This record gives sequence, structure tokens and C-alpha cells, in this order.
Amino acid sequence: MSDDIKLDELDRQIVVATQAGLPLVAEPYQQIAEELGTTAEDVMQRMQRMLESGIIRRIGAVPNHYTLGFRGNGMTVWDVPDEKVVEYGEKIGALDFVSHAYHRPRFLPEWRYNLFAMVHGTNRDELKHKIDAIAEMLGEDNRAHEVLFSTRILKKTGLRLIPGS
Amino acid sequence: MDDIDRSIINNLQGGFPICDHPYAVVAEQLGIDEADLHNRLQQMLEKKQLSRFGPMYHAERLGGGLSLCAMRVPEADFERVTEQVNAFPEVAHNYARDHEFSMWFVLGTETPERVEETCQEIEKATGYKVYNMPKKQEFFVGLKFEV
Repeated sequence: MSDDIKLDELDRQIVVATQAGLPLVAEPYQQIAEELGTTAEDVMQRMQRMLESGIIRRIGAVPNHYTLGFRGNGMTVWDVPDEKVVEYGEKIGALDFVSHAYHRPRFLPEWRYNLFAMVHGTNRDELKHKIDAIAEMLGEDNRAHEVLFSTRILKKTGLRLIPGS
Repeated sequence: MDDIDRSIINNLQGGFPICDHPYAVVAEQLGIDEADLHNRLQQMLEKKQLSRFGPMYHAERLGGGLSLCAMRVPEADFERVTEQVNAFPEVAHNYARDHEFSMWFVLGTETPERVEETCQEIEKATGYKVYNMPKKQEFFVGLKFEV
């Protein structure tokens, strides 16, 4: 994956036209091309290039854990030794009940955690078992961990990937 | 939700083709009609079993800034601070969580530099410290969610 792909104005228009989803029609790329005044070949070629360069992570269905029956979801945060955070991040990220895992900065002394993982279970009991399994995997390198449950959505506008467009 | 719906979710979290008739290609792989695939995707989107169907973009590679930020806001001040934080257009999502670090929001900004500037503006507006926690690395698999 290369970081230095330059997007031109039409690439950016394709991002804006597709960031909420692809049209559910027989020829979705053709429809986008018509909206943007170009050809389907051009749209497909540009999207292929964005896919190959990693600007598009993937194309497909984004499941909603909550409505699919996962009612016990928690943001888990872990304090592991910095020299092992990549090793453990990869292990935790590969678990089938973890959707995202990130290495983030600590803010000592108030915030000691350097590894974040979103963990999903069908209910809070199941979630607890899954978190226990992670703790067991980390062993003594789990110096501390906590689970933060969301209690309220305060704002959800969605990320505008290209603001101002 | 039946076995075909589950099969769609399990098999279509990535790899949707870029070609003239991509739904027809996928429908054939799944052994169903194209019209059936359209209807099922439409239904799952309407029921919010899928939050989206299409390309997932890598926000930072589009040239903008992205970060997760947290604040320690006492209950008595929570409503006021919520209003002030939400007023920033850079705040995309904001969640209350059951912790001393009680407010967690995602910033999406036009340039990477705007993340830090926005944090400072939020601190100034609210009087509370913003803990800016951009990811240093992601461990992202994401193609494995099964129903």
C-alpha cells in the first residue's frame, strides 16, 4: 500500500458520491458515472486504484453489531508493556469477537491504558467471559484493564470524509 | 433473517467486485437471483442490520485528520459541555461512557493540524482538558464478523 497517491477533483467527487453507500442498481458504477458526467470505465478504474492503494479499505457490507443481536458491547482498555503492544494488538485484533483494536497514547498519571479493543457479545455476561479470555491471554502483561460501556449517544452525524465538499 | 441473509453478511464484508454488473456476479456466487440479492440488501439496510453497503474509505489517507478524544466531565456540568462539544462540526460522534473519563468523541477534520487546534478550542470553550488519543497503530481485521 502506498500513501502518496494524489486524489484529483473527480476522485474526490467519487468519494463523496459513494461514502454513504453504492447504489442498489444493476450497474452501480454506471449510475455514479452518469451523476458525475464521466464514464463507468473511468469510475471503475479510479475506484480500483483507490482500492489497490488502500484509500478504499474494502467494498461490501458493514454489519451493525447491535441490531444483529450483539447487545453486550464494550470499549475495553488495557495497560500492557509498550514493547509488547504490537504483539498483543495483533492477537486481540484477530479474535472473532473484537471488531477494532488500536494502540493509543497514555496520559500518565490520569490515563494509563495504551491498547483499546471493541469487544462484542450477545449480552453482558457473554461479554464478560470474552474479556476474561483476553485477560488470560495477556497474563501478567495485563497490568490493568477496564471496560467502558456507552450510556448515551450524544451525537452521531457520521464522519464526513471530505468536509466542505 | 434466514440462511441466505446470513450468507450475504458472512461473505460480503469485502471483495465486492468492480465491474459492469457486480451484483449479478455476487448473486451467482451466492446461488441466488440478482433481484433477490437487491431485495435482501435493501431489507437489511432498512432494518439497520447493515449500517452501509459500499466502499469503506481510509479517512487519514484522504488527507484529513481523525482522532478519538476523551474528557473528564462531572455529571453536574455534563449537559452544558455536551452542548458546547457537539456544536463543533468536527465532532462526528460523541458518546457518554460510564467512567470518570465520561465523554468520548471522534474528531474528523479537513487537515491533520486541525485536530490539535480543535482540541484547544474545545478546551477553551468548556474549561476542561481534552485528552487527544489518536491511534498510533491499528490492528484491524474486520472481515470476520459472522452471524
